[in-house]
Amino acid sequence: MREMQVSEITKAVAALFLQANYVIGKDVTDKLMAAKASEPSPLGGMVLEQILDNNRIGAEESLPVCQDTGMSVVFITVGQEVHLTGGGLEEAVNEGVRQAYTTGYLRKSIADDPLFDRKNTGDNTPCVIHTRLVPGDKVHIMAIAKGFGSENMSQLKMLTPSDGVEGVKRFVLKVVEEAGPNPCPPLVVGVGIGGSFELAALMAKRATSLPLTRSHRDPRYKQLEDELEKDINRLGIGPAGYGGQTTALKVHIVSAPTHIAGLPVAVNICCHVARHAETTL
Amino acid sequence: MIKKVQLPLTEETIAELNIGDQVLLSGSVLTGRDAAHKRLVALIERGEELPIDLAGQTIYYVGPAPARPGHAVGPAGPTSSYRMDRYTPPLLERGLKGMIGKGYLGPRTLELMPKFRAVYFGAIGGSAVLIAKAIKSAKVVAYPDLGPEAIHRFEIVDLPAVVCVDASGRNLYEEGPKLYKSLTL
Repeated sequence: MREMQVSEITKAVAALFLQANYVIGKDVTDKLMAAKASEPSPLGGMVLEQILDNNRIGAEESLPVCQDTGMSVVFITVGQEVHLTGGGLEEAVNEGVRQAYTTGYLRKSIADDPLFDRKNTGDNTPCVIHTRLVPGDKVHIMAIAKGFGSENMSQLKMLTPSDGVEGVKRFVLKVVEEAGPNPCPPLVVGVGIGGSFELAALMAKRATSLPLTRSHRDPRYKQLEDELEKDINRLGIGPAGYGGQTTALKVHIVSAPTHIAGLPVAVNICCHVARHAETTL
Repeated sequence: MIKKVQLPLTEETIAELNIGDQVLLSGSVLTGRDAAHKRLVALIERGEELPIDLAGQTIYYVGPAPARPGHAVGPAGPTSSYRMDRYTPPLLERGLKGMIGKGYLGPRTLELMPKFRAVYFGAIGGSAVLIAKAIKSAKVVAYPDLGPEAIHRFEIVDLPAVVCVDASGRNLYEEGPKLYKSLTL
């Protein structure tokens, strides 16, 4: 049994949200630079250059690269040999979010009630927390700051088994085409295939946080990721939606077993400001 | 070529702006997003006076992040414009001439823009730090209780943008992608 104060989790969560908001990952930067070199649209090239400049200055000056510093989402994996002391896990995570957003010059963007009051909670809490208990004595935290320009363009559909690969492709492409310029392309497209209604969405969210250098380990899904990326980039939407050949930086698929009657597909769109950071305690 | 554009917009300037033009905007803009728009339109519907004069003005759809000490504003990139569609027609009727945002405009707004000779500028979503450097001062002019969503007046110098819908009604989001589209669903 390993004892861990929840204050360690608070500290880690706060640091991760600051890092995620100030510093865009090298994997994203590399993709943006490659896109800038190959993008045939002059306006598209200008947009990519402006994004790269913006991200460089954000990192240099510790400023959030986008004013929508997002809804905070945390995937936390707790080893079952860890004994957490000193308070509740969820409150510790929320406290980390509170500290990052109130001291780090991040925008507070959470409405307390979705439909009636819509009053700002003032500290970006509550955080959306997904907890898993696993063997071992480590705690892994993935912090995602999810902007809603792209979140609003996400969709889920319960396909049927006969829809197959073609049905999945059609749906993903339709979601990206309908979104057009709204989610701030170029995008990271997270796709969850299988599971149940809610697991598909969760997998799609998880997919947006994977390194852009990685692909699905099953070569058939990898091929589907690559084909989708190619097809999305033929839709013409381009950087900022001004027209061009760079609409997706990467398509990530996460898959899971599903019911014999179903083929759930969730598409979680993430803008080029793909903000996430992770650590293991 | 990059065009320098002075705000508030004049009819002469508006006539020279075409979709796809890269512009640097300078002068004075108002800010507003969903919550402020909702309040303005509620006042108009009740026949009450607005806290701001919209004639000739440009509204930037933005809710900045908090400013670090010594900065006029925090990062201040555009928010999605389609959400303001429900509220924009009465503002155009009150003389609004320009909008700055990102992404599609809604159908009600697009339909009325040629009639009112209004222009829509796209700022690049996610380039909030660069845009903030063009904002030299920020003052809350209405609804301070809305925090980042309050109506501010920004004085800007050379804020980079692209003409996305011009006063003739041409739309870059329709015409730009057509040039590069090689897959039809």
